[in-house]
Amino acid sequence: MNFDDTPQEAAFRETARKWVDANAPKEFEQELSKSSLGRIRLAKHDMVEVGKAWQKKKAEGGWACLHWPREYGGRGATPIERVIWQQEEGVYGKLTQPFQIGEGMCGPTVMAWGSEEAKRRYLPKLAAGEEIWCQLFSEPSAGSDVAGLRTRAENRGDSWVVNGQKIWTSGAHYSDYGLLIARTDPNVPKHKGLTMFFLDMKSPGVEVRPIKQANGMQEFNEVYFTDVVIPDSQRLGAVGEGWSVSLTTLMNERMSIGARLATGVPEMFEFCSKLMLENGLAIDDPAVRSKLASWAVKSSGLKYTSYRAISALSKGERPGPENSIGKLVSGLMLQEIAAYAMDLQGAAGVFTGGDEEIAHGQFQQMLLSSPSMRIAGGTDEILRNIIAERVLGLPGDIRVDKDVPYNKIPTKGR
Amino acid sequence: MNFDFSDDQKQLRDQARKFLAEKCSPKAVRVVLDGKAPYDKELWKGLAEMGFLGVAIPEEFGGAGAGHLELCVIAEEMGRANAPVPFSSTVYLAAEALLIAGSDAQKKKWLPAIATGEAIGTLALFEGKGNPTPKNVKLTAANGALNGVKKPVPDGAIANFAVVAARTGSSGRENDISLFLVDLRDRGVEVKSLTNLDPTRGQAEIAFNDCKAEPLGGAGEGWSILTQVLDRAAVLCAFEQVGGSDRTLEMGRDYALDRIAFGRQIGSFQAIKHMLADMYVSATLARSNSYYGAWALSTNAAELPEAAAAARISATQAFQHCAKNNIQVHGGMGFTWEFDCHMYYRRANAMALGLGSLSYWEDQLIDRMRKKNAA
Repeated sequence: MNFDDTPQEAAFRETARKWVDANAPKEFEQELSKSSLGRIRLAKHDMVEVGKAWQKKKAEGGWACLHWPREYGGRGATPIERVIWQQEEGVYGKLTQPFQIGEGMCGPTVMAWGSEEAKRRYLPKLAAGEEIWCQLFSEPSAGSDVAGLRTRAENRGDSWVVNGQKIWTSGAHYSDYGLLIARTDPNVPKHKGLTMFFLDMKSPGVEVRPIKQANGMQEFNEVYFTDVVIPDSQRLGAVGEGWSVSLTTLMNERMSIGARLATGVPEMFEFCSKLMLENGLAIDDPAVRSKLASWAVKSSGLKYTSYRAISALSKGERPGPENSIGKLVSGLMLQEIAAYAMDLQGAAGVFTGGDEEIAHGQFQQMLLSSPSMRIAGGTDEILRNIIAERVLGLPGDIRVDKDVPYNKIPTKGR
Repeated sequence: MNFDFSDDQKQLRDQARKFLAEKCSPKAVRVVLDGKAPYDKELWKGLAEMGFLGVAIPEEFGGAGAGHLELCVIAEEMGRANAPVPFSSTVYLAAEALLIAGSDAQKKKWLPAIATGEAIGTLALFEGKGNPTPKNVKLTAANGALNGVKKPVPDGAIANFAVVAARTGSSGRENDISLFLVDLRDRGVEVKSLTNLDPTRGQAEIAFNDCKAEPLGGAGEGWSILTQVLDRAAVLCAFEQVGGSDRTLEMGRDYALDRIAFGRQIGSFQAIKHMLADMYVSATLARSNSYYGAWALSTNAAELPEAAAAARISATQAFQHCAKNNIQVHGGMGFTWEFDCHMYYRRANAMALGLGSLSYWEDQLIDRMRKKNAA
């Protein structure tokens, strides 16, 4: 048991470190290291532009999507080399946020299901950050039950005509392409009538509208489709096979090992170390210490769980299912930490404007944003189902709509 | 990075699991649970023959000379099997205290006897309520004689010898405490067995009346040795707790698959699935924290104090959580003496107190994290 690199890993790390040192946009280092929670914002620069410049540089140096094959824009790196790269890229990895959906979900789906021509045309540009991709799955009435989606695609010979609405689409307003799942046959059970496409987001009839979220911010979009035409050559997989294709995408969503999730623990520890309560520092209070300790061991548990997965990769093995707990643990913890930090602030905890005494309102922001952590990318409940079914081998839920034609499924609760 | 046990260590774990599945069935555990034997002597002998008792004891003192990582994988299996033997008191507490502070003669006298299963050892630290603090040690040592009462002493009624924490000063500081080694067959020792939460691991009261004792380690070094012993034992116990967590999770899962209610397997209800998923989360966090503890223990790293506290808290919480919800999954049957759920529930909650309570270790963790942050 050790934390050391193998000689090959050490050599790879050295190469990566030198390259980052020589090429990273160091003027943003401070700003990036300070933003630990939520979306990254740069005070004086456009995040997407700065990100694109960094991604382009990485592509030129052979560090963009490095685990992809060379012919599609990567460098054919092993999974453990990818983890090492992420460690060495450090805070600059935050700049890749606009590309993560493309790199992590759309790209792998095109790689698995696209024609050779499509792969050579789209993947290198996606890897280099020249073209940004978004994912068009969720709908207002199809969230956890995404297979219940309503957006229609109707066949017109060599092309398809799409009508409907998607929601919670990150980055739709700056994306060039979108991965779209739509219903092509409403007369068969819901999972069987879906087909996957990709489309140019500048196509006529595509309208992107930002959503004002519960926390007051606008990070996601609704995307409306009105008679949008998609060539049949942009179909991924067979007609009616969209559900299987989407599983490739969703599986990749949960594979991001080594990506450190924010837990709020370091911020809370620092806050409690400085906050004066009536009887002294918060961190000297037994009740505070007890909670802090419980959160700290969850946070360290997550860290060492990811180390176990990395170790499996290092040995060329597939990591076990234990990494599936990350978001489930950290999402709820963020929410609890935020609420408790505010409780310690007493009456002043109500302010969102924030001075130094209330840690500049960071816990208030955390409180307002944390509900989304427990919903996006699989709700806590869906994640528990996945653990119960795929890890523990418990039976799947009884699905009353499984064999019912889609257009016979009730659409209203009452 | 290789944050995992080696293939040899995993093989040892499999070997231990197989051995315990055969020699330590729930039926065997129940013999001790029902008070028909103070501990499982056959199993204890078998553990010695397998080399498990002395796995971390150097060869020159009669052990296998393997190391603490090997002891961790065995500990996990001991916890999984709920073994009714004085393993933790003898191996994690007494043997570790000897390894840290024993003279050559003391090691030669006791360690080979531990490895062969002839000697059972324990640590006599607590004196009634409260946690491990120097202030709570009231038993005195003067002129080589101990006076005072220790309780609870784990496996005290079956132990041959004890490491005893005694007060040798009154400055109010840690160096008031010294350790002594006592052969419990000596005069001036009075042992009384006490009933406790987990009858598969006995607890005793030991009164020392002008009992002759030899020092273990230097005068005034007792507390610093104890801290090291408790940290090591915290990691090793964490592995037992991880084994117990996994076992109770499996018991709950298996029952949820077998039991039918409302015409379906109860494991198809989300209320049950989610409860089991949460148990899996706790057990996974505990395992990962314990691995870090194992690394720190095996390399004697400066991180051991913090790692041990984190492993202790995480594993205590996980075992309590899994043992409690295992009963809940079983419903009424889980509350019968006949089902095994309560044996783990008892063990989980007794273990949570054995080296100091959860809140004590939470306190320790915060102190240790602050110390690190300040450095």
